[in-house]
Amino acid sequence: MSSNWVLACAANDVDEEDVLGVELNGQKLAVYNTPKGFFATDGICTHEVAQLEDGLVIGTVIECPLHQGRFDVTNGKALSAPVCVDLKTYPTKVEDGDVYIDVPV
Amino acid sequence: MRNVAIVGAGLAGFSVARRLRELDYTGAITLFGDEGALPYDRPPLSKGSLKASVDASGATLRPSEFFEENQIALRPSEPVLGIDTTARTLQLRGEAFAFDALVLATGATPRALPNAIIRGLHGVHGLRTLADAQRISQAFGTAQHALIVGGGYIGLEVAAAAAERGLRVTLIEAGPRILGRVAGPPTADAIRAAHKRKGVDIREGVGLSALVGTDQVKGAILSDGAHVAADCVIVGIGIDPNVTLAKSAGLATENGILVDPTCQTSQPGIWAAGDCAAFPMADQITRLESVGNAIEMGEVVAANIMGQSRPYAPTAWFWSDQFDLKLQMVGLSPGYDRIVTRPGVNPDAISHWYYAGERLLSVDIINEPKTYIIAKRLIETGKSPPPAQIADQSVNLKVLLKS
Ligand SMILES: Cc1cc2nc3c(=O)[nH]c(=O)nc-3n(C[C@H](O)[C@H](O)[C@H](O)COP(=O)(O)OP(=O)(O)OC[C@H]3O[C@@H](n4cnc5c(N)ncnc54)[C@H](O)[C@@H]3O)c2cc1C
Ligand code: FES
Repeated sequence: MSSNWVLACAANDVDEEDVLGVELNGQKLAVYNTPKGFFATDGICTHEVAQLEDGLVIGTVIECPLHQGRFDVTNGKALSAPVCVDLKTYPTKVEDGDVYIDVPV
Repeated sequence: MRNVAIVGAGLAGFSVARRLRELDYTGAITLFGDEGALPYDRPPLSKGSLKASVDASGATLRPSEFFEENQIALRPSEPVLGIDTTARTLQLRGEAFAFDALVLATGATPRALPNAIIRGLHGVHGLRTLADAQRISQAFGTAQHALIVGGGYIGLEVAAAAAERGLRVTLIEAGPRILGRVAGPPTADAIRAAHKRKGVDIREGVGLSALVGTDQVKGAILSDGAHVAADCVIVGIGIDPNVTLAKSAGLATENGILVDPTCQTSQPGIWAAGDCAAFPMADQITRLESVGNAIEMGEVVAANIMGQSRPYAPTAWFWSDQFDLKLQMVGLSPGYDRIVTRPGVNPDAISHWYYAGERLLSVDIINEPKTYIIAKRLIETGKSPPPAQIADQSVNLKVLLKS
């Protein structure tokens, strides 16, 4: 499958150890600035309908703001109850201070 | 440790089993339940599930493959009848089952109204199980007027669901106000107002004297003498922990199965977790009734079965959904002497911060998950931001967290 890099935001739009919600191709995504670099996942929790952009980032983990399900944003793995379904992740790259996400068309 | 038995296939029992495998425990795990189903989530039962027909599979915690893959022997229709603490066996219907470690995660049972009030009438329901939710949801399909007895979270959520299904709803609370035990006055005010807007008739300081009807309930006489029509009655007046099994095995109980800080009961090698367990917290014997408690206490029990001696020191947290209100709470407010209000970003959002002197005890948040998750972290890490900063909407809470 060919890639489809889309400009998501400026790198400094996202604070260190924080998250920003973006909408690309009508899809809600969350962009994370972590000590290990930038990552992107689906913007909505896999448990109920919560915006992960309202969550808390600690290291490379996002904690959902509704029931504190936790996901590893580097691979989307659901880490703790009540979440059990992994989060979809998307490749990211930073070029000239901008964050790009590879979103399927 | 080669053989762990868990009594109660609810959230706490499930969490023990799951965490044991995550900690690389390789022995046997047997999870005994009596509801004949895969472990499921209860919160939806009083929320989305009542809005339409209840989907039996929707709330399942994990599919059956999860139990196979993790070699968790689930016996969902096997009530445990007794415990022999000397022989270290469980008494089942047809056999004795040997264990090395035992976890009691038996949950709780909704309190029922006295028979003198119910008088054998049909149409009176409690809500704890999926089967209860299915019965209530079905009743909502034909009933005209619901009477909800009890203004705690369950009662209020059911009232909201009934109103959304188009029923006329009366809710009575015998105490001076709704949510008396579990939320501060301003939060209760906001919830009362939301119910009023949707036409729910909330009557506080009013108890139930009698139900009336022949065979099927038709109405009720309230403690203030008023009569209300009711062809469907839902009772949400609290729960009692399931302690019979523990008590008859000689374990110490006191409003729950008593455990030490590591969640061990008065018998070594027998543990308890979830709604049924009473544990020491800040010099008091406490019992929490929440998802967070069931998960986290279950996880601590698993760690301690593996020999970690971890104390259980939870931060209480809870949520409730009613109409378009998303309510979230963290911490415990008793002992507060001041309430600080923080306006939300949107007009329908607000949070109330409970302080004792300069110490932050708890926070109730309406419609602002972003504030909740920071408040929770503040309380967990023992931080008490100056009240003036909390009241100032322009102060970024995330900054307070990092300071
Ligand atoms: C309608 C409803 C809505 C709720 N909403 C929320 C919410 O929004 N937020 C929140 O934080 N909490 C909520 N709660 C509370 C939360 O669901 C409970 O705190 C949690 O389920 C407790 O888990 P548990 O495993 O301790 O007990 P349970 O879930 O009750 O599980 C115990 C299980 O053990 C079984 N059992 C008992 N004795 C035996 C025996 N001898 N042999 C075999 N099996 C046995 C029981 O049948 C039961 O299946 C809600 C509860 C209800 C009922
Ligand atoms: S919605 Fe994210 S954990 Fe429940």
